[in-house]
Amino acid sequence: MGICHAYTPDGRCISLLKILLTNFCIYDCAYCINRVSSNVERSRFDVDEVVDLTLNFYTRNYIEGLFLSSGIIRSGDYTMEQLVLVAKTLREVHDFRGYIHLKLIPEADPKLVEMAGLYADRLSANIELPRDEALARLAPQKDVGVIKKAMSQVRLGVEAAKPGKRDKIKPPKFAPGGQSTQLIIGADGAPDTEILDRSASLYGGYGLRRVYYSAFSPIPDSSAILPLSKPPLMREHRLYQADWLMRFYGFSAPEIGEGASDGMLDLAIDPKLAWALNKREQFPVDVNRAPREMLLRVPGLGVKAVDRIVSVRRYRTLRLEDVGRLTRSVAKIRPFITALDWTPGGLTDAADLRARVTSRTPEQLSLF
Amino acid sequence: MATAMLDGETDFDGWRKSARAFRLAGVEPAAARFVVRGGQEQGGLFDEPTAAHPSLRADERQEFSVPKDFVDLAQNLILHRSADRFDLMYRLLWRLRDEPDLIKVISDRDVADALERVKNVSRASHKMKAFVRFRQVHDDRGEAWVAWFEPPHRVLEKTAPFFQRRFTTMRWSILTPDGSAFWDGETLRFGPPATRDMAPDEDEIEDFWKTYYASTFNPARLKVKTMQGEMAKSYWKNLPEAALIPELIAASSVRTETMVAAPAPEPNPRFARLTAPDLHAARPDAEAVPDNLADVVDGVQACRRCPLYRDATQGVCGEGPTTARLMIVGEQPGDQEDLAGRAFIGPAGQVLDAALAEAGIDRSDVYVTNAVKHFKHEPRGKRRLHKTPNAGEVQACRWWLDAERRLIKPKVVLALGATAGSALLGRKPAVMQERGAPIPLEDGSTAVLTVHPSYLLRLPDEAAKAQARRLFIDDLVAVRRRMD
Repeated sequence: MGICHAYTPDGRCISLLKILLTNFCIYDCAYCINRVSSNVERSRFDVDEVVDLTLNFYTRNYIEGLFLSSGIIRSGDYTMEQLVLVAKTLREVHDFRGYIHLKLIPEADPKLVEMAGLYADRLSANIELPRDEALARLAPQKDVGVIKKAMSQVRLGVEAAKPGKRDKIKPPKFAPGGQSTQLIIGADGAPDTEILDRSASLYGGYGLRRVYYSAFSPIPDSSAILPLSKPPLMREHRLYQADWLMRFYGFSAPEIGEGASDGMLDLAIDPKLAWALNKREQFPVDVNRAPREMLLRVPGLGVKAVDRIVSVRRYRTLRLEDVGRLTRSVAKIRPFITALDWTPGGLTDAADLRARVTSRTPEQLSLF
Repeated sequence: MATAMLDGETDFDGWRKSARAFRLAGVEPAAARFVVRGGQEQGGLFDEPTAAHPSLRADERQEFSVPKDFVDLAQNLILHRSADRFDLMYRLLWRLRDEPDLIKVISDRDVADALERVKNVSRASHKMKAFVRFRQVHDDRGEAWVAWFEPPHRVLEKTAPFFQRRFTTMRWSILTPDGSAFWDGETLRFGPPATRDMAPDEDEIEDFWKTYYASTFNPARLKVKTMQGEMAKSYWKNLPEAALIPELIAASSVRTETMVAAPAPEPNPRFARLTAPDLHAARPDAEAVPDNLADVVDGVQACRRCPLYRDATQGVCGEGPTTARLMIVGEQPGDQEDLAGRAFIGPAGQVLDAALAEAGIDRSDVYVTNAVKHFKHEPRGKRRLHKTPNAGEVQACRWWLDAERRLIKPKVVLALGATAGSALLGRKPAVMQERGAPIPLEDGSTAVLTVHPSYLLRLPDEAAKAQARRLFIDDLVAVRRRMD
């Protein structure tokens, strides 16, 4: 799993055929090109067309599977039924073993969600916006409570499908790839710390595999109530870094917030470095002795590098040169660690440390 | 200089035999040479003629072993396209004699070098899984699939089993300059090197694929370097979609500027009548006093009297008959209750159910609710840790508890724990001192205090737990008698 079959010039990978059953929609979400009030040209696939296209692309190894969503036609139930029908046909008629990700229509009947879990590897209901009041304002047909209830059902379904130790008969499969969600940043006024709190709450509550942050992009035929500008890509990048810190580095959302100012992550430096520069009393860290949790907090040390250090130090006492071979760049790490032949001395507390570790001048960034 | 002849670029067995013989013979790494038969690097001017695999009969009885991770490393390292990989492999083998843990010392110069090359090999294998593009052909047995691919390292044999697993039901061939792989539905075979002209040069579906590829690119997010980091230019010539890239990049800034500069359009009038209703138009009036339980349920869902709604899934109201003579009030919904939207169904609920049954009370006769209707918690990784609601939150939620009491009119209200007690009495009670005794309430009903069932779950000592449970059931029995 997890092969990207092609990359578009935006650097994003295509591993799934990501399509809408139709771009017709009876909802009027201001941030969406397909909202009912948009002038975009409408079209619709029927179920067999999506199935054929998926199979044709899959057998040529263009894709690894299907990511299917849809505008809302007639009702949430009808739309969800159509999505499930595509997945069911692929699995049952064509014995399709590729990956299927279905978008959940949160308003749909829980029975349809149950069926979707039977055929799909992953399900996702989009939380859409970090602020509930913004969702009510920009997406009047959506309700955060309804979305969370759909997520709850998926979590309970996934947990029920995990066989217990004494089960002789395995329970039926339910979305073995878990669930994810997406939220759009830069369309409401939520600062980064609020977004990260929201993510932490979603990860804790619904066992999400991923929260995807999507910088609001200008869309053709866009609504007058949204900011028109280039998407805040650097902000999106920093949020992903912070999200990684929460999931793999043992940081909590409030801790990451300590490195932010006015609720916004520093765009010029990554959130771990920002945190460390604020917490210098915790450094330097001895690479030969420090526990793994503390090594994970050293700016510039990734999970892999930390694991390498922990494994190799059983056999050798590390010098700075050795650390250099285990990591990408030792220059950034140096002020925060001690090794057999290295202590940073006053460097850790130097007033100009920030300037020293960020040799490049930051690019002009879009802030809004 | 000792020279060994190998049968092919990836002849691991040949290399292993020669390397073993060299090491047993004490041939230093600087003096060992491995040459591929018919390869480009045919012997130099001063080479001593050596047998294909040096025969060192005298030493054959001597054995030595190497760690498994060295063998794994070497098997992948030999697939690297660098000419000196055999020498690096032998140098590592040589050093293992004095440094048996060498492969684990990943900071070592030679080991780091080997790992870096192996990383490139596995990356090439990974990219092969992604960038092979099959084209359809027809022969006397029906349809078959052929791909031409040029991997940067010799990963065909390593990667072919992946395609066997993924495309089990198809007949396919993958042709490369290093060799070819064939799957007929039953066996995987490998053949000689191939050339590009042996593969078909078009496929009718490719135009659909290109259309999809071009349309899925967002011009406002152009990141050429990121793309090339993942999809190196060297792969482009065999990817049908890559021909579109230069044009997409060139047009991107114009497309973005056009979108940003375009004025917001008038809404499309045709669809106005089709729009689904606004869910938020009919929010219940927050100050209207509810006069039936359905209004309580709706009101709790929309409640903004305190901030707890924000991180909870839903408000959880009470459950039970409207004619119930007993009302049980807990603290707040927990993780499971928050997800399912029903009170007392989690671990504490199970303790309560069992105790009620033992005390002779039928839960279906009881109205069960909580002092606070939303789950207060703190996220911790993939879990949520319970947090006790504060006085302000309890006070805010009394609006709903009072409404439930007014509508159900129970004879007895049993409060589980201090939070429920304070919601009923308006003061912080001492549960252990006041438990079991009737406390008259203003509306004429009677309050009784006892512990919360989650307290029983938390007691570590089994004897203390059994004792506490007995007291809890005693309290329930006393409540039942009061109802009779």
